[in-house]
Amino acid sequence: MSKPLKQIHLAAHFPGVNNTTVWSDPAAGSHIEFASFAHFARTAERAKFDFLFLAEGLRLREQGGQIYDLDVVGRPDTFTVLAALAAVTDRLGLTGTINSTFNEPYEVARQFASLDHLSGGRSAWNVVTSWDAFTGENFRRGGFLPQEERYARAKEFLATAHELFDSWHGDEIVADPVTGTFLRDAKAGAFVHQGPQFDIHGRFDVPRSPQGRPVIFQAGDSEEGREFAAAGADAIFSRYASWDDGRAFYDDVKKRLAKYGRGKDQLLILPAATFVLGDTDAEAEELAGQVRRQQVSGATAIKHLEFVWNRDLSSYDPEGPLPDVDPDTGEDHIARGRAQVRMYRDRLATAREWRELAAAHHWSIRDLVIHTGNRQTFVGSPATVARTINEFVQGDVSDGFILVPHITPGGLDPFADKVVPLLQEQGVFRTDYEGTTLRDHLGLAHPDEADQRRVAS
Amino acid sequence: MSSNPSAHLHLAVALDGAGWHPAAWREAVSRPRELFTAGYWADLVTEAERGLLDFVTFEDGLGLQSSHPFAPDERTDQVRGRLDAVLTAARVAPLTRHIGLVPTVVATHTEPFHISKAIATLDYVSSGRAGVRVRVDARPDEAAHFGRRTVAHIDPDDLPAARETVTELFEEAADYVEVVRRLWDSWEDDAEIRDVATGRFIDRGKLHYIDFEGRHFHVKGPSITPRPPQGQPPVSALAHDTVPYRLVARQADIGYVTPRDADEARSIVAEIRAGQETAGRAGEPLHVFGDLVVLLDQDAAAARARLDRLDELAGEPYTGDAPVFTGTAAQLADRLQEFAAAGLTGFRLRPAVAGHDLPAVTRDLVPELQRRGAFRRAYEADTLRGLLGLARPANRYAATV
Repeated sequence: MSKPLKQIHLAAHFPGVNNTTVWSDPAAGSHIEFASFAHFARTAERAKFDFLFLAEGLRLREQGGQIYDLDVVGRPDTFTVLAALAAVTDRLGLTGTINSTFNEPYEVARQFASLDHLSGGRSAWNVVTSWDAFTGENFRRGGFLPQEERYARAKEFLATAHELFDSWHGDEIVADPVTGTFLRDAKAGAFVHQGPQFDIHGRFDVPRSPQGRPVIFQAGDSEEGREFAAAGADAIFSRYASWDDGRAFYDDVKKRLAKYGRGKDQLLILPAATFVLGDTDAEAEELAGQVRRQQVSGATAIKHLEFVWNRDLSSYDPEGPLPDVDPDTGEDHIARGRAQVRMYRDRLATAREWRELAAAHHWSIRDLVIHTGNRQTFVGSPATVARTINEFVQGDVSDGFILVPHITPGGLDPFADKVVPLLQEQGVFRTDYEGTTLRDHLGLAHPDEADQRRVAS
Repeated sequence: MSSNPSAHLHLAVALDGAGWHPAAWREAVSRPRELFTAGYWADLVTEAERGLLDFVTFEDGLGLQSSHPFAPDERTDQVRGRLDAVLTAARVAPLTRHIGLVPTVVATHTEPFHISKAIATLDYVSSGRAGVRVRVDARPDEAAHFGRRTVAHIDPDDLPAARETVTELFEEAADYVEVVRRLWDSWEDDAEIRDVATGRFIDRGKLHYIDFEGRHFHVKGPSITPRPPQGQPPVSALAHDTVPYRLVARQADIGYVTPRDADEARSIVAEIRAGQETAGRAGEPLHVFGDLVVLLDQDAAAARARLDRLDELAGEPYTGDAPVFTGTAAQLADRLQEFAAAGLTGFRLRPAVAGHDLPAVTRDLVPELQRRGAFRRAYEADTLRGLLGLARPANRYAATV
């Protein structure tokens, strides 16, 4: 007998501050006005998506000592915009990326618990770490962490936040006007945490929220990041959306769950994925090429080459050949405030490889950046894209996808209108929400239940 | 009778739990089991908007409420627990259209960078109706929730030491507000250019490092969030003494004060105006609002009886930092006008029982003031600054031509 079809999970990533987002398109709207966020969230909810996802960055990016000006710059505060979105949606999950280095557990826990109350149980937290002094300059706590300590802090931050969430059990509020008892327990919310990162005690001030705790996402990819996710996250926001890489990642992470007493359905793998739709596959391919050219302007191509060359290339013509000069293999000094730079460890080898590619294809700098950069994950007619997504999920590339449209705020609409109905027809995506909380949508147990299951196993 | 807008009072309502009286939650009109739901807050703010009020404030702290000012208690007979004020304000923003939304933030333990973008974002999601009330936190038990600093215990018997601690906290809060304000200005209004020809999304010459270096912290900037719709959302603070009056005079757009009578109101206003001059802000608009806890009924005896009943439920007479008013809407209108003649420009009313006294403000007091030509009959502006008669300020970093 064939195994039952997996149900696909779908989420919508509000277009970010990188060159995936095409701001130059006439259809591109505001990245900051609430109307854009409301439009995007309503589309996702109309399509019965699991959740909306917001990224975060706490310092504007710089390149060559100046604020990077070629991509979308500027975004709202994560918590505040998610709380407002809770008012214009009813079922959609609300996932926010919140840094564990430049925040404190008490404050973040009360913000997520509040968001969970205010949204009726729809909050999720993508826990990220950072360690750079560059970002730290914006914070009074200042400083930063040695790189090797970032997971130690993230782990202890999350564990501490859980202690705070769990300091209320859910039955404390009696609110009986006759007896005058508001709280059953004079010590509700009491907590003590003593560890290398945090030494705090007192009483947490937000009663237990509908989901108990927010759903926990993790996005890191290192060995430590994978263990961290396997030990306690509910979902991973991964970067592996292709068939081979996705299957390898999925297999690797799911295998790690057993040692923590967790089942394979207790950690969802949800890669980021981009898409371009056309009436036919050929039309979609052509559109995808046009979008790539929009995403990589001449100026953007030069800046991307600078990540690898680690030097100022502003005098080069983007429509001309690659530089003869070799990369500067010294300390990174070109780009600050972005993760991408770390991907090019061996600059000389990358430069050599790119020169060979450019020579073989007669590519200019811009052509090279267009072709070596991220091609869209799913390109095709709605039928092709729906079929591919389903094949990927059934083939254990992932449990679903976090879709990143390239146009704000309308980029999700064609997917909602044309692809989602096909997935619904195939019986692999919900036609309506079955529950009210994000845990319901993701098939995750309430933490109280999950804890019981873990104890029992 | 024609009404003269300059003679109009400004009115705000302070929201906290079921109301300001500790026994408020036990009243039949209260909804104590809904205090942690969005619907409860939406209903309160909608009611305030129905009364054309300038704004509502949302109380907040970084620990459980306590009947003691500087220490926790373990009482179980009063409301304990609270939702984050900024998030609550954001949650109701899309459901309202005119009323200002002013959450409380604690300067002592939070990051000015986070709060600056949070209030800027509240301004975006409310289309220009955000403000903020800044407070300090002198409770050692709340400092222990953060573990980053200790706060000296305030000993009422050692006044010089207490004053030094409080002065330090307010000095730091002034720096905090300075950072928040600079970050709001760190983007010029026209910084986003979307110039397809050069591929530039912003003109980075219009983004500014704030490079704040203070005694307590330093912050680089710019903000990650563009300048909010109002430019500078109004900043407010509650003040009971000279040290906090100085914060109001230096950094605020609205100060909340607690005079018992018109004479005291006059002297507080004089002190704040003098401080304003010292701070070099003599010409700038700065509102001084009187705070009052209110119990309103159709006749004064009923209001008084209600207070007695609440006190009896609480087991002790209610005392707080602000004067308590019991009476009719007309009597309250008299009192407000008398205080206004002493120099107060508005009032922040604290409903003793939210479910009773908030509707009494919007349905009885407001019509009474309207009849006297002392309150607006319709919202005359789209932003909180507009309602308060504050112009949209120029950006401190913009080059003047």
